[in-house]
Amino acid sequence: MSAFVAIVKRDLTLALRRKNEVITSVFFFVVVAALFPLGIGPEMNTLRLVAPGILWVGALLASMLSLGRMFATDYADGTLEQMALSPNSLSLLVAAKILAHWLLSGLPLVLLAPILGLQFDLSSNALWVLTLSLLLGTPVLSLIGAVGAALTLGVRGGDVLLSLLVLPLYVPALVFGAGAVQAEISGLGASAHLSVLAALVLVAAVFSPWASAASLRIALES
Amino acid sequence: MIQKLFFYASPQNFYPLAGKLWPVFACLATGLTVWGLWLGMFVAPADFQQGQGYRIIFVHVPVSWMSMVIYLAMAFWALLGLTFNTRLSGMMTKALAPTGAICAFLSLWTGALWGKPMWGTWWVWDARLTSELILFFLYLGHIALTSAIDDPRRADKAGGILALVGALNVPVIYFSVKWWNTLHQGASVSLTKGSSMAEVMLEAMLIMGVAFWMYAVAMALYRVRSIILVRERHAQWVAELPEVKAQMMKNTAGGANA
Repeated sequence: MSAFVAIVKRDLTLALRRKNEVITSVFFFVVVAALFPLGIGPEMNTLRLVAPGILWVGALLASMLSLGRMFATDYADGTLEQMALSPNSLSLLVAAKILAHWLLSGLPLVLLAPILGLQFDLSSNALWVLTLSLLLGTPVLSLIGAVGAALTLGVRGGDVLLSLLVLPLYVPALVFGAGAVQAEISGLGASAHLSVLAALVLVAAVFSPWASAASLRIALES
Repeated sequence: MIQKLFFYASPQNFYPLAGKLWPVFACLATGLTVWGLWLGMFVAPADFQQGQGYRIIFVHVPVSWMSMVIYLAMAFWALLGLTFNTRLSGMMTKALAPTGAICAFLSLWTGALWGKPMWGTWWVWDARLTSELILFFLYLGHIALTSAIDDPRRADKAGGILALVGALNVPVIYFSVKWWNTLHQGASVSLTKGSSMAEVMLEAMLIMGVAFWMYAVAMALYRVRSIILVRERHAQWVAELPEVKAQMMKNTAGGANA
């Protein structure tokens, strides 16, 4: 467990020394959310309707931007190999890296989402549900993304490939995340969607570190 | 029996077996296609609601089935490859993927052709259509990943993990899309409407289903032979194959002339 905490701390420290990477993906989220009204038109009724989808797709793309870096630098300087050799299970260490990735690229989006939601004139209830759905949903994005990042590690054209692999797998999180907000707006109540999102997090949390670790071992073998 | 399976797990032993088997499956596929299409096009009556246009289901439904069956088959080979570390399993996964992608694409294409006259639109965001589209993306992702990795052993293993993750995800995607769709609006047209099919229609469809199945097996076996040859090109047994020898003779003769 101390190794887990150590890796989380290390990744956070590394990221805070190079703040621009974190800030870039957050900024991307803000810009994307601002571009849609320009494309769709300033009609508030329309914007309120499309807001959950736009914010969720924006969050999904923003969290994907930083996936490529999840293992790449550690792979390049050999740290990853040391992790694989360490007596701790690689799955645990990978889980720590995933948590760090979520803290750096998922949590800022969760905190920003209510402010962006205000721009789309969402009601306060809908804003709460949006934040909650992102809080439950962005870990799923980091967890599934980790498998893709591990599979494409050191592969030619890895970044583009990563998006092709990961985006279809993000569909359930997107459907239930944006769906929760839609359901809240239409008065159906969001609890069913949020429960499914929570279930997705739990399932992904069980399988993803293990699958990512297996993929990393494949990448390290060759 | 088990020993025989392990015997054929070696590419060297599987190559001649696949060579013997694929023409059999190809013949079966051709024969069944002719029979099924004849039943479907000439024997089956026109649908009283949909007229002649419904006949596209004799291709559409079988390719949709196959697109799902092939993904399951890929996941099966991937599991086998990752647990037993057999080389042939990875080759089979790789050989199946293009056929699966073609089936998924044909399913979408024929679905659009059917949808235009029946629903008045090429595309609706129906649960089945959307999940078929995502399945197509999963196939493309698999092909892109395995062809981007140069080392074949790594490509096989990475592709295997991706196939398994995808297979776990397919049911989740299907149900999530289904729920998403029903929440937005009731499906305007249900694909299962009018399931009281005439018996001859059902028969033709099932025959076409088996025909496409045989086609997929034949294609996979044919393709796996090529993959085996490419991967094992430095092995002695490949050099001693009569077809390879003949090709080599031709090449050297051509080189001499040039």
